[in-house]
Amino acid sequence: MGMTVAEKILARASGKTVVNPGDVVEPQVDLAMSHENAALVINQFHDIFKGTGLEPRVWDPDRIVIIFDHRVPAESSKTATNQKKIREFCAGQGIWRLHDIRGDEGGICHQILPEYGYVRPGQVVTGTDSHTTSHGALGALAMGIGATEMASVWTLGVLLNVEVPATIKVAATGRFQKFVGPKDLILHLIGKITAQGALFKVLEFHGPCIENMDVSGRLVLANMSVEAGATAGIVAADGRTLDYLRKEAGVRETVVPVRPDPDAEYAQVVEIHAGDLEPQIACPHTVDNVVGVSQVEKTRIQQVVIGSCTNGRLDDLAVAADILKGRKVAKGTRLIVFPASSRIYRRAMEKGYLRDLMESGAVIMNPGCGCCLGVHQGALGDGETALATTNRNFKGRMGNPNSSVYLCSPATAAASAVTGVITDPRQGGKSR
Amino acid sequence: MTRVVYKVGDDVSTDTIYPGRFMATVLPSETVQYAFADDRDFNARLQKKEIAPGSVIVAGSNFGCGSSREQAASCLAGHGLVILAKSFARIFLQNSVNLGLRTLAVPDLEAEPGDELEILSGRVINRRTGKEFPVLPLPPARQAIVDAGGLIAYTRRRLLEKAGNNQKN
Repeated sequence: MGMTVAEKILARASGKTVVNPGDVVEPQVDLAMSHENAALVINQFHDIFKGTGLEPRVWDPDRIVIIFDHRVPAESSKTATNQKKIREFCAGQGIWRLHDIRGDEGGICHQILPEYGYVRPGQVVTGTDSHTTSHGALGALAMGIGATEMASVWTLGVLLNVEVPATIKVAATGRFQKFVGPKDLILHLIGKITAQGALFKVLEFHGPCIENMDVSGRLVLANMSVEAGATAGIVAADGRTLDYLRKEAGVRETVVPVRPDPDAEYAQVVEIHAGDLEPQIACPHTVDNVVGVSQVEKTRIQQVVIGSCTNGRLDDLAVAADILKGRKVAKGTRLIVFPASSRIYRRAMEKGYLRDLMESGAVIMNPGCGCCLGVHQGALGDGETALATTNRNFKGRMGNPNSSVYLCSPATAAASAVTGVITDPRQGGKSR
Repeated sequence: MTRVVYKVGDDVSTDTIYPGRFMATVLPSETVQYAFADDRDFNARLQKKEIAPGSVIVAGSNFGCGSSREQAASCLAGHGLVILAKSFARIFLQNSVNLGLRTLAVPDLEAEPGDELEILSGRVINRRTGKEFPVLPLPPARQAIVDAGGLIAYTRRRLLEKAGNNQKN
């Protein structure tokens, strides 16, 4: 019996020729990513070495990447002190890939990793962030882990005691309608299989709709796979992946895609016809509470957020700028935009997207996670409602348990910012 | 014998267990104060030490979904709570195993706040109703980490083995 992409990657990384779901393996880690929570990883890392008589050294500083994104610039003295501690640790350990708070190379970890060519097809990628699943968009096996597990990875370079997950095949056919896209597809999928539909499993995306999708869109799918409970989301690498790595990420060496075997065994197959989808909305307070936009149209919103590791890329800002150009954000509604990286920010500036957005009334923030996780830069007031292109709408997510968050695509967010109520971009968006 | 002190439904996220705005706090000794911070009543009971260590939270399926933040496990472990859920989200379960938060998957459990439970090997008995519910065993790979006393101790052991092997070579 053949193997899925995840099985092939885990077999290779564990020195085996074949693995099956349920097997326990110890894969070598190719890339270990952390953000500000590296402060906790450092504590646990030192704890591991306590009493051993060994000097605390990371297994391979070249395989560790740290990116400040969750609270940039620091929102509190506590965070600033954590960031300082991490800088000092990186300097002491020779960890050179530290993306600090900078306008030339800063951004959200899940954008920096692909953008800088750190992720390659076939790698085992781990990160102390649940949305590490994003990097499956490049054909890697990428999963989120906790801080103590990362301390263990820093020490030994392997993931201990990993069970090989079964894989669900998502087959997406057809072409999207105008103003419908990858975000609508993944929201629809999560609504269909629920927040636990892929628990302890991998989602592997297939079909003509995925083949025609660029890496930016694939990142949306892999990013939100975790919202269906998935260990990882994967799009097997193809010509588009290699193009992206060469042209966007500056990768020079030869990259070998890992493709699933034709006779790979899947736990389940889910079919989606992209052409049938209307814009999708995840309603409060779970990501699988998904409906077509027509069911919640006219819901009043006080805050619109465009950005995050899910939808803060150049194509997202382009769609939003196109819809908002020459129009105004509705009175009583505020629009906050977070480009996902400094590179995207700069390009959006050069292309005039930021000007168009600002002239419409949008506030452009520095690249980072921003208000997505409710720490700073856009908390909601009591009883307020937000419409966001982010990935989570849990109670209290945007900093206030007495508020509500709806999730949508950049097109829906932009069209709704104009009206101040949830709006179908196919009606509210200008035709191009 | 232990008492159910709190009951929650399905898909309780780490934002509910440990809100994101407290994530700059990382020391387990400090995370305890923010356990279920947005449920003022339950958080106050925890902070006033009205809840005995070993008390049980009963949850639905997919408990701990969302963020990888380890504080969600450490803040509950710090209160000595035991979580009985129909199922757990992957990262939360792994964090619990790594940090020594006691979690049991009891898919059919029927229990209400105030009930006295007896947690035995492989089963839980509700003393109020007399009903017995099977506990799903942890996969052996995770049980090995629990048996070692958590992932820090387990990794330390592996580190020393590796250092010993390197010396021999």
